Amino acid sequence: MTEGSLYGERITLGEPPLKAGEILYSLRDVSVEYGTRAGPVAAVDHVSLDIRKGEILGLVGESGCGKSTLGKAMLRMISRPGRITTGELWFDGVDLVTLSERRMREIRGARLGMVFQDPMTSLNPLSRIVDHLTETIMTHEPSVSEAAARDRAAQLIGRLGLREERIDDYPHQFSGGMRQRIMIALALALQADLVIADEPTTALDVIVEAQFLDLLRELRDEFDLTIVLITHNIGVVAEVADRVAVMYAGRMAELASVNELFLDTKHPYGQGLLRAVPNIELDGTELYQMAGAPPNLLHTPSGCAFHPRCPAVMPICSQHQPEFLQREGDHYTACWLYQDHPVKPGVHDA
Amino acid sequence: MHPLLIVFLVFGIPAGFALGWVFLRGSESLRRYILTRIALTLPMVLILISVVFFVLRVMPGDVVSSTLGPKASEETRQNIMEALGLDDPLIVQYFRFLGDVVTLDLGDSFIGARRPIVDELGERLPATLELIIPAAIIALGSGLLFGTYAAIRRKKPVDYSLRLYSVIIYSMPIFWLGLLLRLVFSVWLDWTPIAGRIDVVTNTTLERTTNLLFVDSILSGNWAALKSVLRHMILPAATLGLVLSGVFVRLTRINVIETLQEDYVLAARARGIRERIVTYSYALKNAMIPVVTVIGLQVAILLAGAVLTETVFNWPGMGRYLIERISARDFQAVQSTVAVFALFVALISLAVDVIYSVLDPRVKY
Ligand SMILES: Nc1ncnc2c1ncn2[C@@H]1O[C@H](COP(=O)(O)OP(=O)(O)O)[C@@H](O)[C@H]1O
Ligand SMILES: [Mg+2]
Repeated sequence: MTEGSLYGERITLGEPPLKAGEILYSLRDVSVEYGTRAGPVAAVDHVSLDIRKGEILGLVGESGCGKSTLGKAMLRMISRPGRITTGELWFDGVDLVTLSERRMREIRGARLGMVFQDPMTSLNPLSRIVDHLTETIMTHEPSVSEAAARDRAAQLIGRLGLREERIDDYPHQFSGGMRQRIMIALALALQADLVIADEPTTALDVIVEAQFLDLLRELRDEFDLTIVLITHNIGVVAEVADRVAVMYAGRMAELASVNELFLDTKHPYGQGLLRAVPNIELDGTELYQMAGAPPNLLHTPSGCAFHPRCPAVMPICSQHQPEFLQREGDHYTACWLYQDHPVKPGVHDA
Repeated sequence: MHPLLIVFLVFGIPAGFALGWVFLRGSESLRRYILTRIALTLPMVLILISVVFFVLRVMPGDVVSSTLGPKASEETRQNIMEALGLDDPLIVQYFRFLGDVVTLDLGDSFIGARRPIVDELGERLPATLELIIPAAIIALGSGLLFGTYAAIRRKKPVDYSLRLYSVIIYSMPIFWLGLLLRLVFSVWLDWTPIAGRIDVVTNTTLERTTNLLFVDSILSGNWAALKSVLRHMILPAATLGLVLSGVFVRLTRINVIETLQEDYVLAARARGIRERIVTYSYALKNAMIPVVTVIGLQVAILLAGAVLTETVFNWPGMGRYLIERISARDFQAVQSTVAVFALFVALISLAVDVIYSVLDPRVKY
């Protein structure tokens, strides 16, 4: 895609274009809290994470562990009663936390896109598809004419495998899979650098899901996209992601390339997650069921939040929180099994 | 040309064009829906006027005793009844009335100079329209505005105040609000006239064509009359409009709050769409769908309220006419007036249904 053809001038915040693998978006020590009647809920708890240009990063974890909150925080879309309490969101050389609401709005949709879980409710039922697209294009590029925006909308819809005439239809005339393609088209309308897809295939059936994941991969290559794919389905991650971040109770538990993670899981939570995946080769064996219930983020367990459920729990785990540290190569984990501490018995003796 | 006909054209022509446009532009199924809907209007009106016809006949009292009193001799009584056709069998009277309605010649009134009903309505209907149209604008306008504002400022002091306002205004009797407003604005502040549609003196300078004084004063370029008409209109219209606005404030507020939490609103914000557009073009437009439905239901309440408002403000409209003629047992006038009311409600509900089907692309006809 050459600049200026389909997309016109790009707005950049000053940085030169990044090469694949360079850090595109960097979360530093980000925390998000929801104020509830029962007290503050630590939905995202001091998370640091680098997202690299051109990758598909899978973000997995049980439901309620703060994945959606983290995704929304990346677009600074946390609304009451939630609040970003600590941290920095570095994108394109700027900390988004410090931007004015107006500048932030210019970045949303143009540079950072988001696709939500339920395609049936993500489109305005009273507006035609073309209106969604032209409105988005013309909001960010006021100089583009209605006709030009319409052309671009039709081209995009065509590229995503829908018939171009259908841009004049209303959302209710499309199936779930088609609507999710339209949501992607909306994210691509201004060629966003980074698309955060929050469980985009959860509402789709398996075949449509597979097609959609293939499409994501194609689009990543064709449009130079970076994708954060939020899911609770580790199978989806295995299929399309380059790297995987595992979240537990609002914190990062493990981060590695897909191969690393699947072949050599470090964190006992990650190991449990993998064993809980149905696997055709292991037929006959019982599906593993992780012990205990997901944590209540109102009262996150002391120390390592996973310690009440951990099969390898040690005394230190309930007392001190392990750091999220680089283990080997590109493999990060937050677990006392791999870390040293003055009060941790055994490590010094060994 | 008869004022009633002119009034009908003033409203009928634009409405006809709008309907025609929707009809031609719409899908095959929409067209069939509109035709069915129009066809359904007729039995609706027929049922309503039949009910009124028979209810009137079983009411105690008749035009003779109500006008001449109990002392009227049996012979006079017979003569009058005969002259008015009231001695005919009920079924004959009924079909005669239906004939009147169909031929649009509503007969002559039973009392006074026995003027044709169409002439009397030609004076009264425009007055009522001139009350309920601004009232409806005030009710809807303030309802949508305040409702949306309260929704955006949810749980802030403005929101609580507007909610309190909507409850109080909704539960306030029209009589009482009318008298209160008049006491403040007409008696204490002396900003507005006490009652009526226009100053007596100005009235003599105004050339009447439609009997819609607002329209007439503009047509004849009589700005003094226009000013007088507006000054007279403001309090009655505000009384009726504000009482009705309570429902719309609450309804709009709750629906906008709901639509603001919809995924498509979140998704629009994630695309960087301006908050103003998100609020009005996404949230309010979607919230309008249930509100439009309620507009249809409120029309009947609007007319009932008009009867009361006209009484308070001595407004010479159909409501007061109806009350006068009910007590005089002027059956011809009452059933004809109700027929006009019925037609009005039927047409508005037709309009609401058509607007609804245009507004919401998901409607299945
Ligand atoms: N609007 C909100 N108000 C209060 N708590 C919330 C709100 N949204 C999310 N939470 C809480 O934050 C935690 C993380 O939620 P979420 O980010 O939706 O998790 P996930 O997407 O991983 O399922 C949950 O415990 C949830 O109860
Ligand atoms: Mg979620």
